[in-house]
This record gives sequence, C-alpha cells and structure tokens, in this order.
Amino acid sequence: MQTKSAARNIFYGGSLFFLIIFFGLTAQSHNFIVNKSTDSAGITDKVRLGKKVWEDKACVNCHTIMGEGAYFAPELGNVAIRRGDKDDPKAFNEFLAEWMKAMPTKAEGRRQMPQFNLSDEEVDGLAEFFKWVGKIKTTDNWPPNEAG
Amino acid sequence: MKYQSQKIALAYFAVAMALFAIQVSFGLLGGFVYMAPNFLSELLPFNIIRMLHSNALIVWLILGFMGSAYYIIPEESESEIYSPKIAYGQLILLVVGTLGAVVTYVFNIAEGNFLFGLKGREFLEQPLWVKLGIVVAALAFLYNITMTVLKGRKTAISNVLLLGLWGLAIFFLFGFYVPDNLALDKMYWWYVVHLWVEGVWELIMASILAFLLLKLTGVDREVVEKWVYVIVSLSLFSGILGTGHHYYWIGTPGYWTWIGSIFSSLEVIPFFAMVLFSFTMVWKGGRDHPNKAAVLWALGCSVLAFFGAGVWGFLHTLHGVNYYTHGTQVTAAHGHLAFFGAYVSVNLAMITYISPYLFKREPYNQVLNMVSFWIMASSMAFMTFVLTFAGVVQTHLQRVNGEDFMAVQDQLHLFYVMRFGAGSVFVLGALIFMYSIFVPRKELISTEAQAAE
Ligand code: HEC
Ligand code: HEM
Ligand code: HEM
Ligand SMILES: [Fe+2]
Repeated sequence: MQTKSAARNIFYGGSLFFLIIFFGLTAQSHNFIVNKSTDSAGITDKVRLGKKVWEDKACVNCHTIMGEGAYFAPELGNVAIRRGDKDDPKAFNEFLAEWMKAMPTKAEGRRQMPQFNLSDEEVDGLAEFFKWVGKIKTTDNWPPNEAG
Repeated sequence: MKYQSQKIALAYFAVAMALFAIQVSFGLLGGFVYMAPNFLSELLPFNIIRMLHSNALIVWLILGFMGSAYYIIPEESESEIYSPKIAYGQLILLVVGTLGAVVTYVFNIAEGNFLFGLKGREFLEQPLWVKLGIVVAALAFLYNITMTVLKGRKTAISNVLLLGLWGLAIFFLFGFYVPDNLALDKMYWWYVVHLWVEGVWELIMASILAFLLLKLTGVDREVVEKWVYVIVSLSLFSGILGTGHHYYWIGTPGYWTWIGSIFSSLEVIPFFAMVLFSFTMVWKGGRDHPNKAAVLWALGCSVLAFFGAGVWGFLHTLHGVNYYTHGTQVTAAHGHLAFFGAYVSVNLAMITYISPYLFKREPYNQVLNMVSFWIMASSMAFMTFVLTFAGVVQTHLQRVNGEDFMAVQDQLHLFYVMRFGAGSVFVLGALIFMYSIFVPRKELISTEAQAAE
C-alpha cells in the first residue's frame, strides 16, 4: 500500500514537473519563432489568404509542408525555392498560376492533382504563402536539398 | 457483467467496428490509388480518401476508449454508470458529428466556411461545428464517468483511465488554436497529436491493459496497480519532452534536437515495460482463463506496440537520422505499426474480452478470432517492412542524392504493389475478426475452466 501511494505521488509530481518544463520551453520557442526564425512582419493579407486556401482545399492530405502531411505528392515548404528565381521575385507566382491551371495532367500512370478553380487573387496568395514559408529559418537548413 | 449499465459498451463498440471497416476500406482504396494513380482521381481525390481513412481511425479509437470506460468504470467503482441516458446521448452526438464530417469531405460542402467548411490541418480536418460537438460530447462523457467514479470505489485503474481521458479532451482544445504563422501552427498542432499518442493515450492503454490482465490472470490487484503507476510515470516523464522530436525542423530553436533525441529515445522504455508487465502477469497468474483469444490480444498488443512505437519510433527519432527520413515513407511505416499495435490492438483486446459477457454466453469463435489476430498482425508487419524499405530507398535517392520526388516515387512502384497486397490481407483479417465477434457460433475450444469474470 505504501509503495503504491509513493508510486502514485511520484507519477503526479514528476508529470507536473515535466509539463511545467515543457510549457516553459514552448513559451520560449514561441518567442523564438515570432522574433527570430520567421518573418512575422511579412505575414501580409496575401500570406493569410494563401494559408486559408491551403487549409480549405486540404492540400496537406497529398503534400508535405516542412516534412509534415501526406507522402503522396512533393514537399512544398521549399517549392518557392525549387521553382522560383532568386533574381525575379514574381517568377514563382507565374509558375504557380500556370501550374494550378494545368492541373490535372490526366497523364496515364502519373499521380494526379485536382483542378481547384482558384481565382487569380487566391493563387497569388498561395504563392506569397509558399515564399513566406520558404524563408523560415530551420535548424541545419532542413530540407537537405532542393528536392525537398 | 455485474452491472446493467456496462451494456452501454456494446453500442460504442458496434459503432467503432463499423468505422473500423470503413477506415481500412478507405486505406485500401488509398493504397490502390498509389498503384493506379488515375483511379477516381477526379471523383474522389487522394486527399479526401486519406482524410476518411485517418479520421475514421481516430474517431473509432476514441469510441472504443469510451466504450471501454463504460465497461471498466462500473466494475472498478462497484456502481452503475451515473446516467446511461447521457451515455447514449453523447454517442448519438458523436455519430451525427462523424456523419457530418464525412458528408462535408466527400461532397465538399461549405468550402471555406468558418463554421461548416473543412479545416485542412492533418488529422484535425473536422469542420468547426463538428469539433464543438466533439467537445460537448467529451464533456458529457467526462461528467458521466467522473460522477460514477466519485460515488464509488476509487482504484488506480479508474484513476489513471480517468486522467488519460481528461487529458485527451484537454489537449484536443489546442486544435482550436490556428495561428497565421505556420511555424507556430505546427508547434501547437503537436500538442494535440504527439501529446495524445505518446502521452495521455498511453495512460488509457496502460489502464485498459491492466484491467484486462487483472481479470484474465487473477494476479493480485496491488501488484497490477503498482505496475500501472510505474508504466505511466515512464510514459509521461519521457513522452512530454519527447515532443521535441517534432521540433527539429519547423523553425523552433536548435536545442530541441538534443532534448527531442534524448527524451524520445527514453519513450521506448514504457513500451518495453508494458511487454514485461503483460508477460509477467500472464506467467505469474494462476488462472486458466477460458477467453484465450483475449489473452492473445492483450499480449500481442504490448508486443506490437513495442515494435511499432518503440522500435520503429526509435529508428527515426534521433535528429541525425530524422534529418534525412523526416516526412518519407519511413514515417508512414512507423505510423501504421504504432497505431495498430498500440491503440487498435488494445481496443480489439477489450472487445474480445467483453463480448461474451455482453452477449451473456461462454467465450465463442475463439479459433476464428485468434486466426484473425495472426492475419492482421502478420500482414501489418509485412506492410510495415515494405514501407520501411520504400522509405529507405526514398531517403537515399531524394534526401541524399537530391533526385526529384516524382522520379523517385516511380522507382518505388513495386513496394506499393506489395503494400496493397498486405493491405488486402489485413482487411480480410479485420472482417474475420468482426465476424467472430458479431456472429456467435458453436465453440471449438473447451470452455470448462470457468469464467470467473
Ligand atoms: C490529390 C492530391 C493533391 C492535392 C489535393 C494537391 N496536390 Fe499538388 N500535387 C499533387 C501531385 C501528384 C503533384 C505532382 C504532379 C506531377 O508532377 O505531375 C503535385 C504538385 C504540386 C506542385 C508542384 C510541386 C513541384 O515541386 O513541382 C505544386 C506547387 C502543388 N502541387 C500545389 C498544390 C496546392 C497549392 C494544393 C492545394 C490547393 C495542392 N497542390 C493539392 C497532388 C495533389
Ligand atoms: C488498422 C489498420 C491501419 C491503421 C492503424 C492505419 C493508420 C494510418 C495512419 C496513422 C496514417 C497516417 C500516416 C502518417 O501520417 O504517417 C495512414 C495513412 C495511410 N494508410 Fe493506413 N492504417 C491502417 C490500415 C491501412 C490499410 C489496410 C491500408 C491499405 C493499403 C492503408 C493505407 C494507407 C495509405 C495509402 C495512407 C496514406 C499514406 C500517405 O500519406 O502517403 N492503411 N494510415
Ligand atoms: C503508440 C504510440 C505512437 C503512435 C500511435 C505514433 C504515431 C505516429 C504518427 C502517425 C506519426 C506521423 C505524424 C505525421 O503525420 O506527421 C508519427 C511520427 C513520428 N513518431 Fe511516432 N508514434 C508513436 C510513438 C512513437 C515513439 C515512442 C517514438 C520514438 C521513440 C516515435 C517517433 C516518431 C517520430 C520521430 C516521428 C516523426 C517522423 C517524421 O519526422 O516524419 N513515435 N508517429
Ligand atoms: Fe511523437
């Protein structure tokens, strides 16, 4: 009986201890994200719209973004780097507009991406969203290479 | 079954099994699209199939946990459920929410709508109204269960089970917080996903296993309960900071690579402790329980969870490895064996144990049930191996060599064919299991050793 109540108290006390450390560290990480690793000021209405479209269409259930999501289609966290042009900031927007229009390819034996019928504004938002994500400073600059 | 209200569990498990069938069918469909990518690509795109697969999984596992609680709590607290009406009411609420989510996904209803549209974050896609419904149902459930525990005997098993269920509901609330900043969004998203499966759900799993082993082996309650506290302590002490293994590459500080690697490696220990626990109890316990199939599932659960979560988790949890494997088929391999081994199996163990009592008869269809265990366990193991190989090849070609994603996927075709084969066998096993539970027939094994509840 004694050892059981001791075990119980260790369980409660220890869990609370680790939970507090965890909350403390995530609070610190929250600040780090807002002030250091991401461009908080750069979250424009366009970026917001892009994130909303990303969620409304559930793109994440085919694609990964920063390595999280589904494994059916290419990583998109760095797509603005892969498909963009350092010297021409609008090049990626144009690429994405073309890409979204061309879907589905209907190519036989190739995975398909649906036609989403997005407005120009929505596609532009998505492009700004991907560019914003591409600039997040990740540890060791993950992903290892442009393929994502 | 000593208490009338334990019968509630039957309704929960019936709905859970229907969703289990739906879940694996859509999994198989997704596996088929991987092989034949033009199939249904316009009618039902892959992302919708995947949402149905993963959401059906989460919902049926939670329904199973609730059903288990409605069975376990009366026996542990030695009193009837506080209000069976609330119990059935919250089940109906959850069914309505589930149907609502399915209709929303499949017919793409109210797209973009704040309240009614789907919310495309992995696993948390349910429209806002469904999420709110889930919270209401969860509160009703917790009220009902807590009141039952409060008026009766308090045991370690009900204590830990209750804590796990409260934790499940509390961490779900972080799913309502969707910051515009994607890095923040991801950080809090893991509060739900990781702190569920590698935190509070482990409490639920440990307490259900403890209940089963107590009943099946006849070992002294004192011994079982000491084990339970040791296991859940190990779970939370490692699992909470273990969340760090998801904070490597999403814009979070670099110290997480060390905290995540160290603490998530320690997460293997509680899963190993569950293996020791279940085998020690079965060895030590003098009771020759007639429900052999339930014993098999309880032992199988701890072993498969150890491999799926422990071994396959450790495989890619060190940050040096995860740098390359993050978000590849290696993750899918681990996700499948871990979910199946831990949470699917614990639910199937529970239903195997309780169904004879719910149907008021001796254990039945045990051979069939045990056959289904071996079919599911081996086909899931095979699927895991196949996806692991696919993931290793993908990691090398894409992450090390830098080859284009689609070009790499083309080279993995054979693995996906084998995954589909394994998946088909798994679905067959699941159907045999359901048949063995819901179509009671003559028993082949002697049940002379008396069921002692
Ligand atoms: C049904 C699955 C599916 C969904 C949903 C989906 N995609 Fe795709 N996506 C694909 C596939 C498959 C490819 C690769 C196509 C190819 O190469 O032929 C792709 C490729 C892309 C590419 C090009 C990537 C590259 O590196 O070349 C972009 C950009 C993209 N998708 C954006 C999106 C956005 C934005 C959404 C949501 C609005 C979305 N996708 C939803 C399947 C999907
Ligand atoms: C009880 C059995 C099963 C469980 C617990 C399960 C669980 C899961 C989980 C958790 C995911 C998300 C994976 C992740 O994000 O890492 C997933 C995805 C998936 N599952 Fe299953 N699943 C089961 C059965 C099946 C079966 C039988 C098939 C058939 C082949 C299947 C095919 C798939 C596919 C194709 C995906 C999508 C993978 C991707 O994103 O590329 N699953 N499943
Ligand atoms: C029963 C317990 C567990 C379940 C159900 C489970 C399930 C999952 C799932 C579904 C994912 C994919 C999430 C996504 O979609 O992004 C995942 C990721 C991961 N899991 Fe687990 N897991 C469990 C335990 C563990 C343990 C104990 C470890 C470590 C030892 C671990 C290590 C990891 C890692 C490192 C990832 C990230 C993979 C990546 O980088 O893509 N898991 N887990
Ligand atoms: Fe995790």
